Amino acid sequence: MPDISRPFLSVENLTVNFPTPDGIVHATESLSYTLERGKTLGIVGESGSGKSVSSSAILGLHRYSNAIVSGQIWLDGTDLLQISDNDMRLKRGKEVAMIFQDPLSALHPYYRVGDQIAEAYRAHNTVTKKAARARTIEMLARVGIPQPDRRVDDYPHQFSGGMRQRVMIAMALINDPTLLIADEPTTALDVTVQAQILDLLQDLQREFNTALIMITHDLGVIAEVADDVLVMYAGRAVEYGSARALLTKPSMPYTWGLIQSVPDVTGPVDRPLRPIPGSPPSLVQPPAGCAFFGRCAFSSLVPGDRCAHELPELLPIEAGHLKRCHLEDVSVMYAESVEADRVDTATVEAGAH
Amino acid sequence: MAAPLLEVKDLVMHFPVKSRGVISQTLGQVKAVDGISFTLNAGQSLGLVGESGCGKTTTGRLITRLHKPTSGQILFEGEDIANASPRQLKPIRRDIQMIFQDPYTSLNPRQTVGEIIGAPLVIHNLVPKNKRLARVQELLEIVGLSPEHYNRYPHEFSGGQRQRIGIARALTLQPKVLVADEPVSALDVSIQAQVINLMQDLQKEFNIAFLFIAHDLAIVRHFCPEIAVMYLGKIVEQAPREQLYSAPKHPYTKALLSAAPDIQQVIAGGRRERIRLTGDVPSPINPPSGCPFRTRCWKAQDICATMPPPLEPKGGAGIVACHFPENTSPEDANTPVSTARNAA
Ligand SMILES: Nc1ncnc2c1ncn2[C@@H]1O[C@H](COP(=O)(O)OP(=O)(O)OP(=O)(O)O)[C@@H](O)[C@H]1O
Ligand SMILES: Nc1ncnc2c1ncn2[C@@H]1O[C@H](COP(=O)(O)OP(=O)(O)OP(=O)(O)O)[C@@H](O)[C@H]1O
Ligand code: SF4
Ligand SMILES: [Mg+2]
Ligand SMILES: [Mg+2]
Repeated sequence: MPDISRPFLSVENLTVNFPTPDGIVHATESLSYTLERGKTLGIVGESGSGKSVSSSAILGLHRYSNAIVSGQIWLDGTDLLQISDNDMRLKRGKEVAMIFQDPLSALHPYYRVGDQIAEAYRAHNTVTKKAARARTIEMLARVGIPQPDRRVDDYPHQFSGGMRQRVMIAMALINDPTLLIADEPTTALDVTVQAQILDLLQDLQREFNTALIMITHDLGVIAEVADDVLVMYAGRAVEYGSARALLTKPSMPYTWGLIQSVPDVTGPVDRPLRPIPGSPPSLVQPPAGCAFFGRCAFSSLVPGDRCAHELPELLPIEAGHLKRCHLEDVSVMYAESVEADRVDTATVEAGAH
Repeated sequence: MAAPLLEVKDLVMHFPVKSRGVISQTLGQVKAVDGISFTLNAGQSLGLVGESGCGKTTTGRLITRLHKPTSGQILFEGEDIANASPRQLKPIRRDIQMIFQDPYTSLNPRQTVGEIIGAPLVIHNLVPKNKRLARVQELLEIVGLSPEHYNRYPHEFSGGQRQRIGIARALTLQPKVLVADEPVSALDVSIQAQVINLMQDLQKEFNIAFLFIAHDLAIVRHFCPEIAVMYLGKIVEQAPREQLYSAPKHPYTKALLSAAPDIQQVIAGGRRERIRLTGDVPSPINPPSGCPFRTRCWKAQDICATMPPPLEPKGGAGIVACHFPENTSPEDANTPVSTARNAA
């Protein structure tokens, strides 16, 4: 029975483990989030933090790997983790579609681009080859491929990186999905095409009331399109809230570090960028305490050894804004960044005169 | 005046388009790079930005001579390498290296890190065998990896570490020019910053000239004091970054900058004014007559269809190829201004 009270998509305590010779990889730990139709959830996080693994579980792709999955994934009243492989196959590519991260490996090098897109259409629609081809050309035009009627017969290597990504998008959109997962869809694109693609995704979202999950490491894209943002670190949600709250008032030091490390188009150019030092912990033997401990600039402000020994819970700091961090007074983060910016600007100006 | 380290003149790369079928005919040419010129001095960085498919990677592959140009000159230390044979190229390949976009596919998974980084030393027989290990370990340290990583395989490394391996490999031969094709776009934001800082340190230390290709305008601005904007195989504007970002002259540059997501602006609460480019990206097989941008330009007039605008100074630093450029100095105030969309 469809459950009316549940959100359109509700991921509940999703855990994905991979048994490997070295031990169990805890790729996603007890992840929960919700998404309504017509809304966009942005997922950001360090490479390897579980963004792709957790999202591809929605498409049931773990069924074809050795992954051990638990939890629930409710889509429109159905728990996708409980349905048969065949039912999942009927939904995949139709109700739920994904734009994959790597356009080169997702496109077969020996088949024509157009045939690969048409195949995605024919998998869910009983249509003639001719109709599928017409629909393919229409989609290629829609994602901005010039002369689509000619380029439909090209092979992937004849397309630039950005054009291949647009082909992937055309393929994902061809069946008008209700939930679209876009895994780094614009990473390979220049900004005008990126803006077009984001517009396109948003137009489609409006037209079909699509729910959109946007996985990206580009905080600018998040700022542009996301209603809510989920920040992942080492397989867990570490901050979750509205895009505005998260960007203006990041409350977990990893989120803060991410925002600090990106240059912007108007800031000073003469200072080195500020990377987050170090690298993420092992997912085979996750640390006992906070996974960000050791890279965190603020753990010394937390009394005792809590960061090292005690896993922080994901708790609200205000309505609808959650963080997984022991640090109580988040305002120290803003104090430091403001100070650093002021110093840098002063140095640059002094240097200029 | 000494000759620049690298000088590119009227560089052209046309790829043939073949028809479908048993007997394939050449139907036309993809004009991937269509007459570009620029110079690069020792230790400097030139940024290359522009729409997907405008020919940035092809330009990089021409300079590193992974492609042979259709026509034009590539003067490296005064010598034209555009038509050099593989044998003639061998010594030059040491000096001009490329860092590839994808740290996942650009490293051979079956070779150890030591073999990958050391391979150029073997090919060029530069360092005596007994010193190679030490040299590779030194390179590993330069790029911030550990000498113990020598015997590991690429899959054991993260994306950022793999990109460092790619950089170490490119540095093995102490190049004078590094073509960095989207060197950080496949990486995490936090790791991007590490790799960018690393490349800047290396540039200072070894006086390397960079042709830096990227679509992230904030990163290009950070890395390159001078930036060239490409559109459909041509450079349409080139200027120092301060001017390009604050007062772009070419309408395409203006549109490009307006499309760059800027979180600071969103944080500040402002909704940015984006210039939405309408119309299709023209095909590089059949580019528009006159100005390549005219079919999408909101300022286009009749002359734009008939006369290709020359790439020349229009007030201020830098050069621009536009009949009706923006942000020109007051002396050029007689520039016709039209906001009407009369593009085809
Ligand atoms: N089949 C598998 N077997 C073992 N470990 C796996 C498998 N697939 C993924 N992992 C591990 O799970 C973790 C999460 O991977 P995932 O691909 O979700 O990361 P991500 O957040 O998408 O990173 P990126 O930003 O690099 O795409 C990684 O540590 C990865 O190595
Ligand atoms: N080997 C080839 N054969 C035919 N056409 C090619 C070939 N390589 C590139 N092209 C075409 O040349 C044009 C320029 O491609 P290029 O890869 O240089 O673009 P780019 O500016 O690097 O784009 P992106 O930002 O998407 O990487 C494109 O139209 C592309 O399809
Ligand atoms: S819990 Fe401690 S180590 Fe973790 S992010 Fe918060 S302050 Fe830093
Ligand atoms: Mg991923
Ligand atoms: Mg490219």
